[in-house]
Amino acid sequence: MKFTLSWLKDYLSTDATVAQIADKLTEVGLEVESIEDKAAQLSAFVVANVISAEKHPNADKLRVCMVDTGDGNPIQVVCGAPNARGGMKAVFARPGTTIPASGDVLKIGAIRGVESRGMLVSEREMGLSDEHAGIIEMPADAPLGKPFAEVLGFNDPVFDVAVTTNRPDALGVHGIARDLAAAGLGTFNDKPPKPVAGKFPCPIRAKIEAPELCPAFGMRLIRGVKNGPSPEWLQKRLRAIGLRPISALVDITNLLTHDRSRPLHVFDAAKVKGDLVIRRAKQGEKLLALDGKTYELDDTICVISDDVAVESLAGVMGGEESGVSETTTDVVVESALWNPLNIAQTGRKLGLHSDARFRFERAVDPAFMLPGLELATQLILEICGGEPSEVFVAGDVPDTSRVIDFPLSEPKRLTGIEIKPDEIKRILSALGFTTAGAGDILKVSPPSWRGDIEGKADLVEEVVRIAGLERVPMTPFERDENARKPVLTMLQKRTRAAKRALAARGSVEGVTWSFISKEHAERFGGGKPEVALSNPIASDLSDMRPSLIPGLALAAQKNADRGYADVALFEVGQIFLGDKPEDQLIAATSLRRGAAKISGNGRHWQGSAGNVDVYDAKADALTILAACGAPTDKVQIVAGGPNYLHPGRSGTIQLGPKLILGYFGELHPLTLDALDIEGPVTVAEVFLDRLPEQKAKPTKVKPKLELSAFQPVTRDFAFLVDRKVTAAEIIRAAQGADKGLIANIDVFDLYEGKGVPEGKKSLAIAVTLQPREKTLTDAEIDAVAKKIVDEVSKKTGAQLR
Amino acid sequence: MADLSKLENDLTTQIAGAADEAALEAVRVSALGKKGSVSELLKGLGAMSPEERKTEGAKINALRDRVSSALDAKKSALKEKAIAGKLAAEAADVTLPVRPAPAEVGRIHPISQVIDELTAIFADMGFSVAEGPDIETDFYNFTALNFPLGHPAREMHDTFFFPPDANGERKLLRTHTSPVQIRSMQRERPPIKIIIPGRTYRSDSDQTHTPMFHQVEGLVIDRKSHLGNLKWILAEFCKAFFEVDDVKMRFRPSFFPFTEPSMEVDIQCDRSGGDIRFGQGTDWLEILGCGMVHPNVLRNCGLDPDEYQGFAWGMGIDRIAMLKYGMPDLRPFFEADVRWIEHYGFRPLDFPTLAGGLST
Repeated sequence: MKFTLSWLKDYLSTDATVAQIADKLTEVGLEVESIEDKAAQLSAFVVANVISAEKHPNADKLRVCMVDTGDGNPIQVVCGAPNARGGMKAVFARPGTTIPASGDVLKIGAIRGVESRGMLVSEREMGLSDEHAGIIEMPADAPLGKPFAEVLGFNDPVFDVAVTTNRPDALGVHGIARDLAAAGLGTFNDKPPKPVAGKFPCPIRAKIEAPELCPAFGMRLIRGVKNGPSPEWLQKRLRAIGLRPISALVDITNLLTHDRSRPLHVFDAAKVKGDLVIRRAKQGEKLLALDGKTYELDDTICVISDDVAVESLAGVMGGEESGVSETTTDVVVESALWNPLNIAQTGRKLGLHSDARFRFERAVDPAFMLPGLELATQLILEICGGEPSEVFVAGDVPDTSRVIDFPLSEPKRLTGIEIKPDEIKRILSALGFTTAGAGDILKVSPPSWRGDIEGKADLVEEVVRIAGLERVPMTPFERDENARKPVLTMLQKRTRAAKRALAARGSVEGVTWSFISKEHAERFGGGKPEVALSNPIASDLSDMRPSLIPGLALAAQKNADRGYADVALFEVGQIFLGDKPEDQLIAATSLRRGAAKISGNGRHWQGSAGNVDVYDAKADALTILAACGAPTDKVQIVAGGPNYLHPGRSGTIQLGPKLILGYFGELHPLTLDALDIEGPVTVAEVFLDRLPEQKAKPTKVKPKLELSAFQPVTRDFAFLVDRKVTAAEIIRAAQGADKGLIANIDVFDLYEGKGVPEGKKSLAIAVTLQPREKTLTDAEIDAVAKKIVDEVSKKTGAQLR
Repeated sequence: MADLSKLENDLTTQIAGAADEAALEAVRVSALGKKGSVSELLKGLGAMSPEERKTEGAKINALRDRVSSALDAKKSALKEKAIAGKLAAEAADVTLPVRPAPAEVGRIHPISQVIDELTAIFADMGFSVAEGPDIETDFYNFTALNFPLGHPAREMHDTFFFPPDANGERKLLRTHTSPVQIRSMQRERPPIKIIIPGRTYRSDSDQTHTPMFHQVEGLVIDRKSHLGNLKWILAEFCKAFFEVDDVKMRFRPSFFPFTEPSMEVDIQCDRSGGDIRFGQGTDWLEILGCGMVHPNVLRNCGLDPDEYQGFAWGMGIDRIAMLKYGMPDLRPFFEADVRWIEHYGFRPLDFPTLAGGLST
């Protein structure tokens, strides 16, 4: 919403400076986005007399001008403008001045061998318009040496304020002045319009066929008008806020839109056939609108139609056919109320923005429908002459009067500010509210232009925004007497722990989109219709991710394409197995590419890192489990995983037969193809929601440490066994030999190849025996060792090597 | 007793001249061994008179002790020399680079770090962290938050929707974290003190907007909290988060459907030097929206607005991260470019705490 200082002063008597006004606007909730003061910006550009303009000796299109700014010292300037001539008044810029449009600083220079000490400027160079055919011509009586902007009347600062959607009344200068006056910045001059008596009945009638879209419709005919250019003051006002003057009648409606937030429509009575109907458009009806575009309409759109065709898009834009022109003599002026929701919907559907739509979709002051029509009439009569008809009204202006019970204690309750009852009443009344009643509860009636005021809280806002939010007292927030307890849930703690644990393994955290392509979602078990967006922003961001792997894998590939082939990335974030809250899980996913091993990647003098493999992934998975406090000793590692992993180089982490905590492994070659990426890539994923809850313990005391007084004994065993027998089977069998004595089993060697028969492998374990009651004798140790060999042989078919 | 001094001289010379432990051992045997020169002298004592034995014995024993000490000293010297030589041969090139520790290589994303910072600050003020689903219903995202029918945010233009289900209901991706306010108020009775960090989505993509971003909201509901408390909390937050002694804030009246009165908050800063400095300067920078929870929102959660009251605020996590740490653009936040994360990310052990400083 733009307006000039002089325009504001039509309704606000004030001595406040531009800066004071700007601060107050922001303080009352009308945030100033910019203040443009052309006079100040252009003060260096002065009126000058072009004494002479001779042809440049070395260039046909240039002239060498002698310029006088009134101090009697003519200055030589080379100028290329076709209109530069001796005797004209122009606008001169001295060396050192910055040209607003380009930002260039003028220097003394030589143009084609002739010295030039400044510049005669065009409107475009001043940022005033696109006009660049010639230099600015000043009136002959313009005083030399004066800033030209001042002479041309640009000394009227333009405010641009952001108006929130609840304040359509502040989309008019009049409403803004009221707020400022209420906030103590001056006196509000309301200037209510005076009714203009009609000289004859309105010859055109209107009928509302869609009262749900148009509660009321007012109009009158003014005959015998002369529609030329509007007067200078009106043109200047519109230009200052960025509007192009068109003709007096159109300019008057634009003025009232911004002056009173009351959009009106004028149309040429000669082009109206019969009476008017306000109705829903018929499917397929078309209208050539004033913006020169043809819109196809349907029955959700409200139109004003005559007996033959649609005349205008109600409340949004008029039609070209019925528009006023220089030849218009009889004009119909319309002021109506429209359904805000419908206006917004129509505007969006047609992609049509207008100042009228902007106000009607926010709901204009219904009570000003007819006063607005009177004000327009008055201005038309003043500027264009003519004779008005009586006003014709269809429908009823709705009665918006209501009373809100407002306890005088409410501002203090919600804001902490002490505001005396008198001040509350003064503010409300300055804003146009009426207050009544004695005692602690005020009866408040909001004005017709404040449809947004529903209840007590809204009144509190009105009172405090005018009283000043700086009066809200900084009030320390009492911490309760409750004990300081951890505030994070188990899942939140696990999320944090998983991130730090993976980062501590040399991995870099990514945050990737929650949506991925349908193809990738399907590859990872997603792509269900209920989690596919109806309106994705791009086709590769269409489906909610069922896994974090695709996003990380694509990112890893992009890093590789940039020259970072060995990357370890992780993300701990939401995945979507369906559209219900319980279908959303937190997955902790680590992805390693190339040689991004935890020990370091790439070539190194101490030994180069090899490619990542399933065991790197397994280590990541177990790290996540351990960091989250999950029972790593109780989980089962089952060979194989989901079909996006290599079937022989992947594992599933389970707790019992049904509860899957996660997966790890190398990506299946076909998955690499589907993602269009290069491997090797390993992944580990753990679903944090599925980890068992840790039981709260009654005490933080750790269990007693029991240390054995007796030396542990370690014995090594190397078994020759079928390749398909797993390490877990061998360990479990060995463990079974003496559960009490065997404290630990490590695998310290695995060998296949020369010296080991085809289809077999050699797996060596170190078994630690921890005696608890006495030191073991050699015979006892040998007995356990034999039992271990027997058990492993029996359970796995292994032979001791 | 020229014999004794000559013998001592000879032995001393031999000891000094021993090149290694074996040569030294030979000297020892020749002097102190069973048939060694000194041992032989000691044996000769038996044939002497008691007086002679007394004087000669003392001299010979003294000689033996001196030779023995000289042998020990030489032995130590030889051993040290041998070790020094061995160690010199073992010297390693300590300038060779070693692999960096994984914990030095890994990085935490700025969004995670800032969420941890926010958690540290607000946990200290007694706030819990609440979360909710990203896929929401119209009720939680709009209706319960007092968005009127026909509000532009409810259109496909601004919000991501899913296809209608069998009942014709369209789910959507939450456009703000505010639905969690509703879920929290429905789940627990006041007093409520929560912050709500999370992912949010809007159908928007340009230089400064991404279709996915992060917000954090705060919500306080009890029987007495008012704007003055909100002002204090936000001031405390800004000082703690931006790690400055003082922050000047400006509250401007504004409008949101779910709060009344509503405000936007600007903080004063200095942008003259290319980067942003808080706690100084004359520029104002908008950082958050806030207000008293709208009576309709309280009613929608079954709370009587005459009995309960409170406030809420919300801001962009990505945005405050950019303000604090100076990332110029939003888009790289979601590209997982290791160069960017290495530069703007945080080491895994840099856990933000109030005790140790959030970012130092």
